[in-house]
Amino acid sequence: MPNQTEAPPVEIPHALVRGDLLALYRYIRLTRTLEERLVNLHRQNKVVGGLFRSLGQEGESVASAFALRRRTDGTGDMLSPLIRNLGSMLVMGAEPVEVLRQYMAKGDSPARGKELNIHFTDYQRGFVGQISPLGDMVPVMTGVTLTFRQRGEERVGMVYLGEGATSTGAFHEGINFAAVQRCPLVVIVESNGYAYSTPTAKQSAVKAFVDKAPGYGVAGEQVDGNDVLAVYGAARRAVDRAREGGGVTLIEVITFRRLGHAQHDNQSYQSVEEIERWASTNDPLDRYVATLLGNGWASEADLAGLDTQVERELDDAIAVADASPLPQDEDTLLDVYADGPVPLPWTRHTLPDPARA
Amino acid sequence: MATLIHDRPEHVRLSAEGKPVTLLEAIREGIWEEMERDERVFLLGEDIGAYGGAFKVTEGMQERFGALRVIDTPISEIGFTGAAAGAAHMGMRPVVEMQFIDFISCAYDMITNYIATSRYRGSGGVPMVIRGPSGGGVRGGPFHSQNPEMAFFHTPGLKIVYPSTAYDAKGLIKAAIRDPDPVLFFEHKWLYRRPQLREVLPAEDYTVPLGEARTHREGTDVSIVTYAAMVHKSQEAAEQLQREDGLSVEIIDLRTLLPLDEEAILASVRKTNRLLVVHEDTRTGGIAGEIAMRVNEKAFEWLDAPILRVAALDAPIPYSPPLEDFFLPGVEDIVKAVRHLAAY
Ligand SMILES: Cc1ncc(C[n+]2csc(CCOP(=O)(O)OP(=O)(O)O)c2C)c(N)n1
Repeated sequence: MPNQTEAPPVEIPHALVRGDLLALYRYIRLTRTLEERLVNLHRQNKVVGGLFRSLGQEGESVASAFALRRRTDGTGDMLSPLIRNLGSMLVMGAEPVEVLRQYMAKGDSPARGKELNIHFTDYQRGFVGQISPLGDMVPVMTGVTLTFRQRGEERVGMVYLGEGATSTGAFHEGINFAAVQRCPLVVIVESNGYAYSTPTAKQSAVKAFVDKAPGYGVAGEQVDGNDVLAVYGAARRAVDRAREGGGVTLIEVITFRRLGHAQHDNQSYQSVEEIERWASTNDPLDRYVATLLGNGWASEADLAGLDTQVERELDDAIAVADASPLPQDEDTLLDVYADGPVPLPWTRHTLPDPARA
Repeated sequence: MATLIHDRPEHVRLSAEGKPVTLLEAIREGIWEEMERDERVFLLGEDIGAYGGAFKVTEGMQERFGALRVIDTPISEIGFTGAAAGAAHMGMRPVVEMQFIDFISCAYDMITNYIATSRYRGSGGVPMVIRGPSGGGVRGGPFHSQNPEMAFFHTPGLKIVYPSTAYDAKGLIKAAIRDPDPVLFFEHKWLYRRPQLREVLPAEDYTVPLGEARTHREGTDVSIVTYAAMVHKSQEAAEQLQREDGLSVEIIDLRTLLPLDEEAILASVRKTNRLLVVHEDTRTGGIAGEIAMRVNEKAFEWLDAPILRVAALDAPIPYSPPLEDFFLPGVEDIVKAVRHLAAY
């Protein structure tokens, strides 16, 4: 490879370096492959609850989180994902084995078997576990970023929600409060065509969700969600603005949910042609690979090497997660309160009847 | 009526044709028939239209009744619950679906402050139903498994229904839709499609009155007062106790929690003199406390043993199978408590 030391023919945008580009690729590939592995585990009944896929949305998840300052000591930026933001979680340092243990309901999963899928928290690495009720994490991340301001810390928060969740009262109250307080918060609205079966037109009468930004007095930007570097650029600008005291930005990422709401959903309400069109002409990974190769920023061999790495990493993670123990019965009673377990009444089967003891 | 039945798609004329239905199908038929009977009845909820709802309760309804009577809403529990109240003021009979009952808490203010107080404030009754899939045992985790009925039990102005059989589910949803006051209608998702619950229902229109409990099983030694999925766990326990201990257990299925059928509870206590309350909801602040107090007030001298309860543990509902199984009341818990009462 004699020309390997030559300068790349096209300049890499957004002050990124080649290592960043490969890292982005690796995270997107990791997200997609991890989800594929989860599908297999689901079929084997090893994933206990529902399984949610982000196929076609991995690019925006990864690229947006990549604009954050990532630390492992609780001093970095923070995000709160939505159910389809596995990619964002991985970027923040969540480990595949943690995700696998969560889905497999293991006792050593981050939520210790109490909560499912990617609903888990690590304040050190900077992610706050979501709950199912949609929109709730917007006010919560308003509070997180309010604290950054109160303490004079130059940290930024990012919160994700689907376009459907912009219909909630929680979204409205959260973003409005953040706007008034000029919180360093980036709100990512993932406009992916459907909220469960409900098409976007039944969710909101606005033409574009970015049009909501002026209504809250915040900055807004709309971006092609399947263009990895464009998403990174938009997120970078919003994060920089937030860090410099410019307050909230609402970013609308235009993307498409190619699979059903969850694994059980047969997508009867979506047109096959529409899904096929996004899959064949607008897949974020395909597009990103074309960009990397076309601009000479990576070689086929680079990418193949990363693919192999990802496969190996996941083989190992699955073996470890599979061998992890299920939680113990009595764990049910722990962590309701700080000061010890809640009581186990004798009328429950584990304790003897006191009258007979 | 006869012509109407032939207009119905197959999945909502099972009872009319003498075929057995599941609890879910019974609710679907009940709603459908009320929509046929009364054009003021209309539905609001997420994904309830062409998709037919997350559990398919409203399948085919938008096609038959149109998009103005089966309305797909934005993800806005406050919005569509409040809108239902407004429509009810105008004489309509809205039926609201929570995609999972866990999300009813998003609309808590609207339900407790606005809807429940309306009649008392002089704004008139609010004849509407809020219904949705409830309950645990399906590995749904903390936000797809809840039993939030008692969060509303303490709100005067509301009625609360939680059926355990297909017959009751159909009769009660119809009665709820016809009721002049707001009714919260809980549907246990673990019961929705249980084949054991399939039964042939009357072909003709019927309702089950709100506020009346039902004797699920006659007995003389110990009374179990319960509702929803726990009726079936109690039945299993009763059969085991009959077999192994020769005990005769009576089971009272409350069906409606609010208003509470105090007379039915007291009558059973006077008969057996021993009372166990079983609920899937968590223990502290569960309905057992209220029931024990009422018995204490009116039938204390009839008791031959302290009142006991078997309930879920005082924790959020966990996801992992061993934890959820430990959290939920089981047949063996009921057996143990009944034995204690019988031997007391
Ligand atoms: C408050 C609330 N209501 C209803 C639901 C049930 N629900 C779960 S996901 C979903 C659709 C979400 O759509 P969207 O916000 O667009 O996100 P997407 O799934 O498209 O990523 C619904 C209605 C919920 N989780 N929370």
